Amino acid sequence: MQGGAAEVVKGVSFRVPAGKTVALVGESGSGKTVISQTVMGLLPKNGIVLGGRIMFTDPKGPGAPVDLARLRRDGPEIRALRGGRMGMIFQEPMSSLSPVHTIGNQIREALVLHRKVSTEEMRDEVRHMLKLVGFKDPNRAYKMYPFELSGGLRQRAMLAMALICRPALLIADEPTTALDVTIQAQVLNLMRDLQAELGMAILLITHDLGVVANMADEVVVVYHGEITEAGTASDLFRRPQHPYLKALLKALPSFDMKAGERLVALRDSGADLHALVPLRKSKPAAQDAPLLSIRNLRKSFTIKGGGLFKGRRDSVVAVDDVSFDIRRGECLGLVGESGCGKTSLSKLMMRAMAPDRGSITFNDGGRDIDVLALKGEALRAFRPRLQMIFQDPVSSLSPRMTVMNIIREPLEIHGVGGAREQMDRVGDLMAAVGLDRRFLNRYPHSFSGGQRQRISIARTLAMNPDLIICDEPVSALDVSVQAQVLNLLKDLKRELGLTYLFISHNLAVVDYIADRIAVLAHGRIVEIAPREKLFSKPVHTYTKALMRAVPYPDLDRPLDLRLIAGGSASDPASWAPEFRDEGDPASLAPIDLGEGHFVLARPSVGRRELLAS
Amino acid sequence: MLNYLVRRVLIMIPTLLVTSAIIFTVMSATPTNYFDNLVQDMQAQGEKVDTARIDFMKKEYGFDKPPVERYFWWVGGLLHGDFGYSFEYQLPVRQVVGDRMWLTILLSFSTIVFTWLVAFPIGIYSATHQYSWSDYGLTTLGLLGLAIPHFLLALIFLYFSNQWFGLSIGGLMDPKYFDAPMSWDKFTSILSHLWIPVIIIGTAGTGSMIRAVRANLLEELHKQYVVTARSKGLSPMRVLFKYPFRMSLNFFVSDIGSILPSVISGGELVAIVLSLQTTGPLLIRALQSQDIYLAGSFLMMLSTLTVIGVLVSDLALAFLDPRIRMQGGATR
Repeated sequence: MQGGAAEVVKGVSFRVPAGKTVALVGESGSGKTVISQTVMGLLPKNGIVLGGRIMFTDPKGPGAPVDLARLRRDGPEIRALRGGRMGMIFQEPMSSLSPVHTIGNQIREALVLHRKVSTEEMRDEVRHMLKLVGFKDPNRAYKMYPFELSGGLRQRAMLAMALICRPALLIADEPTTALDVTIQAQVLNLMRDLQAELGMAILLITHDLGVVANMADEVVVVYHGEITEAGTASDLFRRPQHPYLKALLKALPSFDMKAGERLVALRDSGADLHALVPLRKSKPAAQDAPLLSIRNLRKSFTIKGGGLFKGRRDSVVAVDDVSFDIRRGECLGLVGESGCGKTSLSKLMMRAMAPDRGSITFNDGGRDIDVLALKGEALRAFRPRLQMIFQDPVSSLSPRMTVMNIIREPLEIHGVGGAREQMDRVGDLMAAVGLDRRFLNRYPHSFSGGQRQRISIARTLAMNPDLIICDEPVSALDVSVQAQVLNLLKDLKRELGLTYLFISHNLAVVDYIADRIAVLAHGRIVEIAPREKLFSKPVHTYTKALMRAVPYPDLDRPLDLRLIAGGSASDPASWAPEFRDEGDPASLAPIDLGEGHFVLARPSVGRRELLAS
Repeated sequence: MLNYLVRRVLIMIPTLLVTSAIIFTVMSATPTNYFDNLVQDMQAQGEKVDTARIDFMKKEYGFDKPPVERYFWWVGGLLHGDFGYSFEYQLPVRQVVGDRMWLTILLSFSTIVFTWLVAFPIGIYSATHQYSWSDYGLTTLGLLGLAIPHFLLALIFLYFSNQWFGLSIGGLMDPKYFDAPMSWDKFTSILSHLWIPVIIIGTAGTGSMIRAVRANLLEELHKQYVVTARSKGLSPMRVLFKYPFRMSLNFFVSDIGSILPSVISGGELVAIVLSLQTTGPLLIRALQSQDIYLAGSFLMMLSTLTVIGVLVSDLALAFLDPRIRMQGGATR
């Protein structure tokens, strides 16, 4: 920042014992990343250590502790430790690796730098490490580029890179935040195994208390650059002292919550909905008719495979024969890992993409609208009925428009009312999402992530929609803010009679907000059931794997890592035989298990067997 | 790979055909032609116009035929290396351009090399020392280079070299060598004259190149993989050249295609001021007098160069960046 220094981390002291895991917990902006960067000597040029010591004692070194804070920036002493005795992995596995160098090349580098080894030894060592982090074919992985690997494999490559010199300390900065739950469980498991094998200490930086409960021996809670609480994991989880940690634990949705129990947000939003309620039409009599019906929807993409120089074409099915209903006034949760077709499905519903076949029918209080057949003015008139909230609150709001213009834009596009009326409406919308009307002339950058997401919700509400598609609306937000936005969405739904399709990869969040849940894998809905049904009696192998992989912020319920250690849970080959299609998608059909619980399986398998399995 | 290369070369053929048609159309679309101009000039100077001779020439060059026929005659000639006949010089275009072409290519390449040699180190330095005084100073220098017109710089150089050293720096070699065959003396003479136009023409290119290097590198420097590289304990220099610098090269490689023609045409005014024996002044003169075969063939050479440049840069890009090599052309 220009013009003046800001003290980001104030008087923080903690220790990382050799061979143990210390978790550094805090929300974004609390200074936890700055602490890790300081340890590694990787602070940006405008960051200065004003005081304090960072003593590093290498168990295999000469013994005398080194003060890392005093070493010259990028000097030879710190460089010898970095990568050699201290390794680091980062949150974003894609951007953390150079896209134009092979995995082998990037892993090898640290080894060449810190150890005198022959070329042959070095190759063997890299291959050995690749094998250790779980690459099935290290020889092939050695020559691969990062973009050829999935997110989980990239993070493994990153881990191999950090560990290749067998460091005494591993700093992991949100190592699994960008990964799917099942992959996250695998990577965490891997980190623990390697820790035992290499005897290294881990400084784990995260905001996910579930991960902390599963990994940490000791926990340090940071808030606004200061330590509010520190101690062993059992002390902190069983007897939290500081109000901040207590609040944080309460703000986290968990599966044990009773129906109707509300999350306690750290700061409440104070939404005022009374101005919007009269706008809603009285609900039509036919309550049972689904608001939206999707039947046999299918979409495939053509990908030119095999690279630039070969003309081979592959077809990838993103959405495969998907059928479901969304009832008026309910919240349907849609769960699945990245790449399972969640986003494609929402785009098809928004008419942002055309499906290969299938139908979408919207029930407009007695009248059925064929959404896919709408054209021109009819489509334009339909658009307000279906609105969307996006994942990233930063890029989904134009930085060059004031909040007033952002929320007013849909009203202008659809010519709702005069200027005066529109402005009043925008004010009401701001109040409805719990933001002060006086902020209307500000630009998005002066709001926090949670506030921006609320602006985004206000914009969605401007059109007075019937159905809102929420595409991972809280996955980019901190736990504390997440609770606030989830509560707001719940209140809006109740007061305004909205219907949601809530897309998320976080099962706990879906559990908190959804009435029914659909599980999507490889473009197909493998299981759909009312919320409590799905969580109490999951049937499909994949659903079970998903639930097992969720880390609980509870020391008494550790992840059962042995169950996850196998191959990828989303790989149909690992599913029970009755759920596999063996190359013929038509061999599977949704089977009714009663009370709205359907699972995709072979019709030859009986209901009883499925329920018993 | 071979398949791709063949496809790219095949695409060049229709591209060049369309270009030639456009060039020919524009040249023929003017209300007058070379002969009308010639007659007018002669009349203006009070000479007697030999109508029979003009008519004979018109017939000789096919000006009595429809333009479409003339176009195919011209393109057909181009295909087997006959670039047509220059009215102005009364010589085949090939001979008129001849030596000048090689000199132009020499000058252009020297200029590109000069630009890169100067701009890359300065740009890298500016980017790694962002917002320091040296960065501001070098950036200002680059902007000055960008802002001063070529020809003005040429005039300044001419004046001061004459004032201070009593030197005439015009031309690309001592005039006595111009039509002489290549010899050691001629070669050294070219070298001793070459550096001044190189600096003059290269200045503006260097200015914009410094800015481009700086901007591209700055963007890469803040990426996460740079931190990863540093966390492995690499020295700052190794990090810089192995990762962000390599990534920022993409931009310049993809720019090669447009550099070639811009350097050649950028040199024209300077070539006139310094009376360089390059193709620039020739092209301008040919366009003014509507010497259509000379100008047309010349423009075709420029377009061919551009198309080849684009191909070379695409191939180099595929070579440099595995993402383009292995997954390029993925479509939704």
